Amino acid sequence: MAKRIDVSDLNIYYGNFLAVENVTVSIEPRSITALIGPSGCGKSTFLRSLNRMHEVIPGARVEGKVVMDGQDLYAPDVDPVDVRQHIGMVFQRPNPFPTMSIYDNVAAGIRLNNKKMKRADLDTLVERSLRGANLWNEVKDRLDRPGAGLSGGQQQRLCIARAIAIEPDVLLMDEPCSALDPISTLAIEDLMTELKERFTIVIVTHNMQQAARVSEQTGFFNLSGVGQPGRLIEFNSTEKIFSNPDEKATEDYISGRFG
Amino acid sequence: MSQTSTTPAPATGQAPAPIGQQRGHLPRWAPWASFAGAAVLVVLLDLAFGLNIALYVLYTVVLGTVGVYALTRLVEGARKATDRLVTCLVVSAFGLAMVPLVSLVYEVVARGIERLDGEFFGYSLVGVVGEGGGAYHAIMGTLVVTALTALISVPIGLLTAIYLVEYGRGRLKQAITFLVDVMTGIPSIVAGLFAYALFALFFGPGVRLGIMGAVALSVLMIPVVVRSAEEVLKLVPNELREASYALGVPKWRTIVKVVVPTAIAGLGTGVTLAVARVIGETAPLLVTLGIVNGTNFDPFDGRMATLPVYAYYQLTQPGVPPQFAIDRAWTAALVLIMLVMGLNVVARLISRFFAPKTGR
Repeated sequence: MAKRIDVSDLNIYYGNFLAVENVTVSIEPRSITALIGPSGCGKSTFLRSLNRMHEVIPGARVEGKVVMDGQDLYAPDVDPVDVRQHIGMVFQRPNPFPTMSIYDNVAAGIRLNNKKMKRADLDTLVERSLRGANLWNEVKDRLDRPGAGLSGGQQQRLCIARAIAIEPDVLLMDEPCSALDPISTLAIEDLMTELKERFTIVIVTHNMQQAARVSEQTGFFNLSGVGQPGRLIEFNSTEKIFSNPDEKATEDYISGRFG
Repeated sequence: MSQTSTTPAPATGQAPAPIGQQRGHLPRWAPWASFAGAAVLVVLLDLAFGLNIALYVLYTVVLGTVGVYALTRLVEGARKATDRLVTCLVVSAFGLAMVPLVSLVYEVVARGIERLDGEFFGYSLVGVVGEGGGAYHAIMGTLVVTALTALISVPIGLLTAIYLVEYGRGRLKQAITFLVDVMTGIPSIVAGLFAYALFALFFGPGVRLGIMGAVALSVLMIPVVVRSAEEVLKLVPNELREASYALGVPKWRTIVKVVVPTAIAGLGTGVTLAVARVIGETAPLLVTLGIVNGTNFDPFDGRMATLPVYAYYQLTQPGVPPQFAIDRAWTAALVLIMLVMGLNVVARLISRFFAPKTGR
């Protein structure tokens, strides 16, 4: 069940350092939103603040509001663990659990949370998730083998299967293809277009062609200098960003005249 | 030392020779020949002056190394000569390090094998004067005390390590790390006296209990467990923790179900090696357990015999005639070494069988 996210006046800090300043943006359900920008401009930090993952780093905190379908994710009575069960995440480097089989990796969201589920139901869920990640045909005969034995692209799709197995409302992807070859990248991009029917997807990418290919909306982050906070410079439909952006900085970055 | 196959170096001013052919080349047996020549030379020295075996080996190694260096420098050039010289030094250092180990194992096996029989493992020293008798009580005592030590140290050590890696921050973490470092350096007799003083407070002076020994050994074992477990837990990639958090798994469950299982091979190895480290401790057991001739399985009631203390008393108070007790002491030492080696093998097996598999 895809949900929309409304971010207003979000400031993100690491200790006293203001990393991302004053972001206001609306992320549409059932669509792919891409975040682009140079390294260190706060795209990943912003992405991680959407499911409260950045709080894992000591001293990290935010000011402002992140509202998902009317529910403020940073309200005092909200448990970050609950937030993460509704907003899944896929990381830059594939990170399947090395101690678990392919099956157990997909079932990890259920097993690790000690949710009770009948074996047959779990089997169905694992198959559905692996099919959803376009990995079922490649691994159906070796579900009990270690997940770390797959290729990089397969491992990343395994991680996507693991993330969608807990049926989140939103899927965050932090440069999911940057460690993969072009063929695996294509497989994951195809997968994203399928997944957006069911989830709201936010993807951080350094690959502008990728942003142009898969996303409906694009946000451009930039920072004015080292030690300065990152800002959301422009947020528009992908078509407009890549053909006729409102901001000069966006056009410079996209056409490679950056810096 | 004249077995060389010199080829003349190319004269300067000519076109450069192809790579690899600028210099002469020593045959593969040349270094060995140098050492053989040195050995022959030392034999001649021996005939002239008379040398003992240690000096004989030392002179051979020194002369042989000098010969190899000089020969290589003449024929193959300075870089290769330095390479050979350092190789000789490294191999000599290895040989030197092996001398005490091999000599110790040889001595203990040679002297301990005599009494390595069924009686040694089956009987205690009750009613034994002179010949016969065994160390059943001491072996059982060592196993009971060591198991008890592990029971105390492993939970404390592992939980401390988990705190330091996963939760600890700031001053408290620094303080604990510092105290663990200090504990690593505590002399074992101090640990024994600590346990003795602690229990004397409650049970009066002169008390001897198995549990006292376990407490003393725990003081020595906990820092070892903490250190090794900390290193292993740090090796677990942060990405796995984040993957778990991103699935909505609470932190404590992430630690129990992801971090610890990933590190289990290293943790098992560390614990086993820590046990091997304390199983041979003598001094703290001397003051906390004492020695006894009969078998005592109850660590909460009276004196217990242990292998190191048993060996110590058999050697220092052998009785008349002394030879039987001294033989038993050597065999006790041999059994102790076998126990430690066995634990090391177990540690290896643990790290092999529990390591995360890639399954390619």
